[in-house]
Amino acid sequence: MCLSIPAKIESIDGDMAVCSVGGATYTASLQMLDVSELSPGDYVLLHTGFALQKISQEEAEATLELFDEFEAFNEMLDEEEKRTGGHIV
Amino acid sequence: MKQTHILLGHGSGGRLSHELIRNLFVRYFHNHLLEPQGDAALLKMNSEKLAFTTDSFVVDPLFFPGGDIGKLAVAGTVNDLAVSGAVPKYLSTGFIIEEGFPLEMLEKVVASMAAEAQKAGVMIVTGDTKVVEKGKCDKLFINTAGVGEMIEGAENIASGKTIEVGDKILINGTVGDHGMAVMGARNQLNISAGVVSDCACLNDLTELALKETNAVKFMRDATRGGLGTVMAELCEGKTFGIQLFEEKIPVRESVRGMCELLGFDPLYVANEGKVVMVVSAIAADRILDIMKAHPLGKEAAIIGEITASHAGRTWLETSIGGSRIVDMPAGEQLPRIC
Amino acid sequence: MKYIDEYRDKEKVISISNRIRFSSKKHIRLMEVCGGHTMAIQRFGIPSLLPENIELVSGPGCPVCVTSRAYIDQAIAYSRLPDVIITTYGDLIRVPGSTSTLDRERAAGSDIRIVYSILDALMIAKKNRQKKVVFLGIGFETTSPATAAGILKAQMAGLFNFFVYSAHKIMPPPMAALIDQGVNIHGYIGPGHVSTITGSHIYDFIPEKYGMGVVISGFEPLDLLQSIYMLVLQHENETPKVEIQYSRAVKPEGNQKAKDMLEEVFELRDDWWRGLGTLHESGFAIRERFAEFDAEKMLSVEVEPTREDKGCICGTVLKGLAKPSDCKLFGKACTPSDPVGACMVSNEGACAAYYRFKRTEA
Repeated sequence: MCLSIPAKIESIDGDMAVCSVGGATYTASLQMLDVSELSPGDYVLLHTGFALQKISQEEAEATLELFDEFEAFNEMLDEEEKRTGGHIV
Repeated sequence: MKQTHILLGHGSGGRLSHELIRNLFVRYFHNHLLEPQGDAALLKMNSEKLAFTTDSFVVDPLFFPGGDIGKLAVAGTVNDLAVSGAVPKYLSTGFIIEEGFPLEMLEKVVASMAAEAQKAGVMIVTGDTKVVEKGKCDKLFINTAGVGEMIEGAENIASGKTIEVGDKILINGTVGDHGMAVMGARNQLNISAGVVSDCACLNDLTELALKETNAVKFMRDATRGGLGTVMAELCEGKTFGIQLFEEKIPVRESVRGMCELLGFDPLYVANEGKVVMVVSAIAADRILDIMKAHPLGKEAAIIGEITASHAGRTWLETSIGGSRIVDMPAGEQLPRIC
Repeated sequence: MKYIDEYRDKEKVISISNRIRFSSKKHIRLMEVCGGHTMAIQRFGIPSLLPENIELVSGPGCPVCVTSRAYIDQAIAYSRLPDVIITTYGDLIRVPGSTSTLDRERAAGSDIRIVYSILDALMIAKKNRQKKVVFLGIGFETTSPATAAGILKAQMAGLFNFFVYSAHKIMPPPMAALIDQGVNIHGYIGPGHVSTITGSHIYDFIPEKYGMGVVISGFEPLDLLQSIYMLVLQHENETPKVEIQYSRAVKPEGNQKAKDMLEEVFELRDDWWRGLGTLHESGFAIRERFAEFDAEKMLSVEVEPTREDKGCICGTVLKGLAKPSDCKLFGKACTPSDPVGACMVSNEGACAAYYRFKRTEA
């Protein structure tokens, strides 16, 4: 139910695709997706032998960018701690 | 007519048995102690302190990337002796074969055992063969027993009695290779990852570590149950705890990928060529260098230390800086959906 | 590994942990309802990174844990039929039935095989035409479409020796029932992979009816921490809503094709959940037009009367109303190697996770 893993489509054959996860490959079913919207190089979520959803590169990047904000905030806190000598977090 | 498959007669002690022993086992294992083919091999040991062990091998499939049941049977017993602080010398081997087992395959297994024994510098000096009716055993089971001579000063290696807080924990390379190689070879999962078993005799490596310095306090080979089980077992009920660092534990990318896919934890996957050592802190770097210079230790690493806190427990600092306990697994890991 | 490693970055973890610490003033209790989340939280040691006012509670998100003993008993009864091969996900193999487990039955000679996918089960059915292959369908909306796909494939191939015994359930009813039954939480860490299929609107009723938020979360440490952060902000600002943290995989509309498959093959029925009782229209039954693949309709078998174990408080633990350590059997009569209740068997059942990762407060 939850053990799904991002896998890269290496090749597509009909409604099956060879997908790779860090060097391991698995032939998964694309029955739940629109094959015309997929190509080798895309990433999909694999679960019990099926691809559930295509992973959006833009959304993935947007999520990670948020963390740059957190890091900036962190640096600001560090500065303030150094300045005041206090402990904020 | 040339025999192609094992018959019940091959295990009955008669002519067929003798031919099998002479043409296969003795031919491959040939040594002066085996030749007489007496009821027992007559040995001369150079030390009064001996180590003695036995193991049985039932792996499925019989052949997998990086090894086979024969190689396992030799390496497994050699390693049990080696990590106990002994120099392995002599092995016995017992075969339980299912009627109908192809002779060609048996020869491959035996050849593999002979090759591994030679690599390890041990002799297979006595053996036994039984054949059971079709269906009464799964193709081939092998038992090996081994005897070795204790290295001077190595009596506490198996028990770890001299372990102290501050000692470092080392391993000679990547974890999870064997278990995932066998899993991949079972062919029911349609996952291919090119994972190769790490099955190997470690006695050369362990002897190097033991002879160079007196700083090795404990050794164990991390077979079934993996590294995690060795650690949990080691500190259970003791006055010290263990701290491991996830980032330092070497894992191959392909093993990691396969584990993520199936939901396995590499910490608990079987190995057949890995020794975990506890060594004194000052000697840790030196022993690491010794291992790294050896073909079986190229990816050796210091993965943790013995601590005074959380006595009796192994804690893992996770790759993201969190903490969790490493306990003994309840049973085997299985492909799961959750 | 892409889309995994970046979300395990230690530096980023530290930043967001600090951010959470800084922003979180009120006491907040959050529940995750997905077994995969429970596992991930424990595996990465997330609780050790959070301030004390943030409490994480495990809910009934493990399909194994909420499945009734009666289901296991019936599966065991099927396995004892001479011409049946049982195919199952590994999760079920050690779950206790009233008197046995699938594991024990296998040892006693039943043909029970663990598969990674229903596709493997179909292959077994193809290769063993003279046998009946029964697939144990457990899981929520993440896994149910796979079963639907499998049944459709079986129909197309005319594989009439293939059957599914459905224990599939859906997510929203237990989330409502938990609150109705008095569980005191301030927000849900929403199931990430269920939502890739269902989309996010199925949770809209939760902020509307109960005034608490749902943040649909991914499974990597950064995902979980970010989701916790979003819930903390909702709580601090009193703005409960449904949000998607796991935007790289979850779309508000979900996966329509998979939803259509579910609609085609399954219909809803009332179903029994451990800890929650019978919930209205919370389980998937195979539709009449696929009856020839429905084990419940096609295979008749006598099942022993179900016996639940006294002393086992899995139900209460599943609701987050008790900690595993509150159970009299925990760690004594009930351990991972010899479990009494389902919570101890499943890898991310609350009791098993607790036992593995936290047995004593170190």
